[in-house]
Amino acid sequence: MNWYLKRTLQALLTIYAVVSFTFVMIRQLPGGPQDYIRARLIQQKGGSLTTQEMEQLNALVESYVNIQPDKPLWQQYIDYVVAVFQGDLGRSIWHQEAVASVIAERLPWTIFLMAMAITLTFTLGITLGALMAYAEGTKFDVAFSSLSTFLTSVPYYVVAILLVYILGYQMQLFPIGGRMTPGTVPGLNYAFFAGVLVHAALPIASMVVTGIGGRALGMRGNSVRVMGEDYIRVAQLRGLRSRRIALHYVARNALLPLYTSLMISIGFMFGGAVILEKVFNYRGAGLLLFQSIKTRDYTLMMGCFLVITVAVVIGIYIADLTYGKLDPRLESGERHESF
Amino acid sequence: MSHSDERSNPFETVSDVEISRKEYYRTVLDTNVLAPLRILLNDPRGLFGFSTIVFFILVGTVGVWLTNPPDGTGGVLLSPFQNMEYPLGTDRYGNDLMLGLIHATPFMLLMIAGGALYNISVATIVGTFAGYKGGRIDEILMMICDAIIAVPGLPLVIVIAVIFEPTNPFVVGIVITLPRWAGLARALRSEVLSVRQESYIEASRTMGIPTRTILRHEIVPNLMPYIMINLVNAARGVIFASVGLYFLGILSVSTQNWGVMMNLAYTAAGSLYTWQSAHWLILPMICVVWLSFGLIMFGQAADKVFNPRLRARHAETVDEEAR
Repeated sequence: MNWYLKRTLQALLTIYAVVSFTFVMIRQLPGGPQDYIRARLIQQKGGSLTTQEMEQLNALVESYVNIQPDKPLWQQYIDYVVAVFQGDLGRSIWHQEAVASVIAERLPWTIFLMAMAITLTFTLGITLGALMAYAEGTKFDVAFSSLSTFLTSVPYYVVAILLVYILGYQMQLFPIGGRMTPGTVPGLNYAFFAGVLVHAALPIASMVVTGIGGRALGMRGNSVRVMGEDYIRVAQLRGLRSRRIALHYVARNALLPLYTSLMISIGFMFGGAVILEKVFNYRGAGLLLFQSIKTRDYTLMMGCFLVITVAVVIGIYIADLTYGKLDPRLESGERHESF
Repeated sequence: MSHSDERSNPFETVSDVEISRKEYYRTVLDTNVLAPLRILLNDPRGLFGFSTIVFFILVGTVGVWLTNPPDGTGGVLLSPFQNMEYPLGTDRYGNDLMLGLIHATPFMLLMIAGGALYNISVATIVGTFAGYKGGRIDEILMMICDAIIAVPGLPLVIVIAVIFEPTNPFVVGIVITLPRWAGLARALRSEVLSVRQESYIEASRTMGIPTRTILRHEIVPNLMPYIMINLVNAARGVIFASVGLYFLGILSVSTQNWGVMMNLAYTAAGSLYTWQSAHWLILPMICVVWLSFGLIMFGQAADKVFNPRLRARHAETVDEEAR
């Protein structure tokens, strides 16, 4: 099968599986979703209800969770999947608004944060790793290898807490929360952009500082291995320029195995947004997921989970397509005999 | 069979040295326990990693047995290293922080054990089976793995944890790393791909040995260094994720746990505006980083333990010639 087609199907299949998973999870909610929301709404109105009000309430419950309890299970499932694929994620009790629009306002901020973090982690990590490999065995290599190993054992939120504690609260060099400077108008103006960057600096830094070590060590290991290969020696004997050998022979072959860790990093970093945005009180999709748990707003929680997952699946899909461009072997497909 | 027989069958030769039962146990102990330990302790990384793990296990067993849990009778926010009675200081509620850290250790260790063992078993079974079998089975299993890898772990775990509210540390460890095995399985599979074409495996296959036996006796031992490193990484993953979730207060904060301590220190009113409570926040962080660094060092050194040449060199009961 064509490799691109296969990858596209894979991404769609993953999204479909996750939607099915959320359906099962919603049905598993403590006391069931309908009972739960009914109780919440009765609580909000207060007092007892007449039968007519009860019917209205049941209709209302349906609009909150896009599952109709009185239909057979398979019908509920199909309705749910169709609704989700049409962008209907139910209504948030807390925000009194469609879940999809609540998330839509938050998601770009998280994507901005994480895209920056992933790009910086990988470019800086790979550069550092390549430098370490070229200086293999020197003091520079030993020092940075040890530092990198140490940094991989520090959780990103530990760095985040220390950064906000020291640079934010104590020294007051950076804002302790929020995502833009109050009073600035979103748009193409300097004050807005500067504010956004200043607020994003610490969250991005905590991801980058803790993530860079692993990438650098991976790149260093791969480069050292590739530099020992015969074809590098052949290239040198052919009198190719060292710049060409470094970029086209070593770097390209050393980069390919790092793609798997890029895929895993995308999921890891987007997932980490929940903790990171909480520490920095950054109003993104991760913080929304956290708040929805605190307010027991389960439809919103499921919506956030679904949207963050879809964002990651798309991110991985894009990374996958570029991988196909880099590694020509993939398109022919790796086949091996079955035992 | 006489020794003069030139065409003696190697499969029927009997060793001319007899060993006593005591000697046999000594050899087993030496080659399986002492030699790996010597290799480990000869490497500074191994020494650090091994002593860190032993230290935390001791703290989590003997330490817990020797001391009482913190009871909130100390002074409020005493600084560390000032008072012999409270060597690491106290928190806002007058709890001795050292006792708090000690009594949080068993929970952490059980959680790490649960998560790491669960992950490594599932990953090893799926990874080796897929890699060895190849073909359609491999394709389907890897498709499932890829789908699981594409789901961000933390939000998934949060959703499951909120709905099922696990409290048993062993179960928490498993829930926290529920989707993590997929990445490990994929990595193990690619290792198996390079092993499966070896001639001795082909020989086993030709002899009609069942797949299960080949996997257990030929493939998995070859992957041990790799599995060890991944076991250690999985353990670190459990620490990171669990402390993070307890810090957020998403998992039940009623247990003794480093993440819960960080949560209390971080959320206590006004604690971030002063340096006075810094030790309360930083001490559990040090434990987290120390233990995970120890695990990484241990994993790096453990790589050598599975090198048969190195192992023979460190075993006393192996003959010189065999080295």
